[in-house]
Amino acid sequence: MHPVRKKRLIFVLSFVFVVSAATGLLFYALKDELNLFYTPTQIANKEAPPGQKIRAGGMVVEGSFRRLDDSLQVIFEVTDYESTLTVTYQGILPNLFAEKEGVVVTGRLNDEGLFVADEVMAKHDENYMPPELQDTLKSSDSSVTYKNK
Amino acid sequence: MWQFFHKLGSPKWFYNISGKLMPYLAFVAITLLVVGAVWGLAFAPMDYKQGNSFRIIYIHVPTAFIALAGYYLMAIAGAISLIWRMKMAGIMLKVSAPIGAAMTFLALFTGAVWGKPTWGTYWVWDARITSMLILLFLYLGIFALMQAFTREELAEKSAAILALVGTVNIPIIYKSVDWWYTLHQPATLKLTEKPSMHPDMLWPLLIMIAGVYAFYALAVILHARVEILRREKKTGWVQALVKQ
Repeated sequence: MHPVRKKRLIFVLSFVFVVSAATGLLFYALKDELNLFYTPTQIANKEAPPGQKIRAGGMVVEGSFRRLDDSLQVIFEVTDYESTLTVTYQGILPNLFAEKEGVVVTGRLNDEGLFVADEVMAKHDENYMPPELQDTLKSSDSSVTYKNK
Repeated sequence: MWQFFHKLGSPKWFYNISGKLMPYLAFVAITLLVVGAVWGLAFAPMDYKQGNSFRIIYIHVPTAFIALAGYYLMAIAGAISLIWRMKMAGIMLKVSAPIGAAMTFLALFTGAVWGKPTWGTYWVWDARITSMLILLFLYLGIFALMQAFTREELAEKSAAILALVGTVNIPIIYKSVDWWYTLHQPATLKLTEKPSMHPDMLWPLLIMIAGVYAFYALAVILHARVEILRREKKTGWVQALVKQ
């Protein structure tokens, strides 16, 4: 290879390497700041700033969902299978909101440790299947999801 | 091999060979897109949870794939134009930026349309969506840089450097759903595992991905041919072409 081109090639490669390394360090330093939400365990360990607007996420606990009479107020529990967080919300829930599904809520922790949400978003998983298949899966074992089959 | 590389660098050779290839490529792209779209939108079964709204995956995933893959094409073209000063590399760098931007925009837009009924929001600043927005700005920035200089050589150099800087964003976008907690779900199509999607829904998606790749190649070639004619307008072979 021509020496000038070789020099340019080395320059380009080292340039990409340095930029990648710098970005890598930057993201390493910001590691936890880039998460969209806190897990119930992080909140239980008081890692989330109290009184501030934060996001929390996890699975909605089966059988925990309750709707208060005569209002749009709902209460449900969110878990990461280590800790649980009780969430209250007033408003319309997204279509895909369901028990045993992922959810991300925005709001504040009150003094009693209750999470008062002003936004609820359903987190969809990566599994796609036709409804008939889901019915057959349900009748055999309710905990089975379509995965790697 | 080297000879092929050098030939590829010649605008005249590229113009001639792409002219011959184009009808086939157009046929492949249109066939795949029509078959994939009709199959995906009309015949694939509904999703058990999302109902019909899942069908946006047939546009969202292919455009997002090509937005990432196209960036590598552009960045590699940028590197080649920096190192070897090949004419075709500069042309590729220039024409792939607006097409990549359009694909990224489509992926973001279809994602927002799908996000509203599924998540309950059009937009959220999670790692995947934000890094994808940065990709759009990178594409637009490179496109703008190419226009900003009157001297083509200078434009190409600066755009190539920005393209190289932006390559760090691609693995970040790809791995963002695994590295951080995001609202966006993890990948359905994986390199090492079987896809977590029923085959009846998967086949039209794979066809759409192939179709969008073919369409992208066609769009890049068409734009490159126009750019070749514009840059080479003073050369003998273009003059002869015009006289015909």
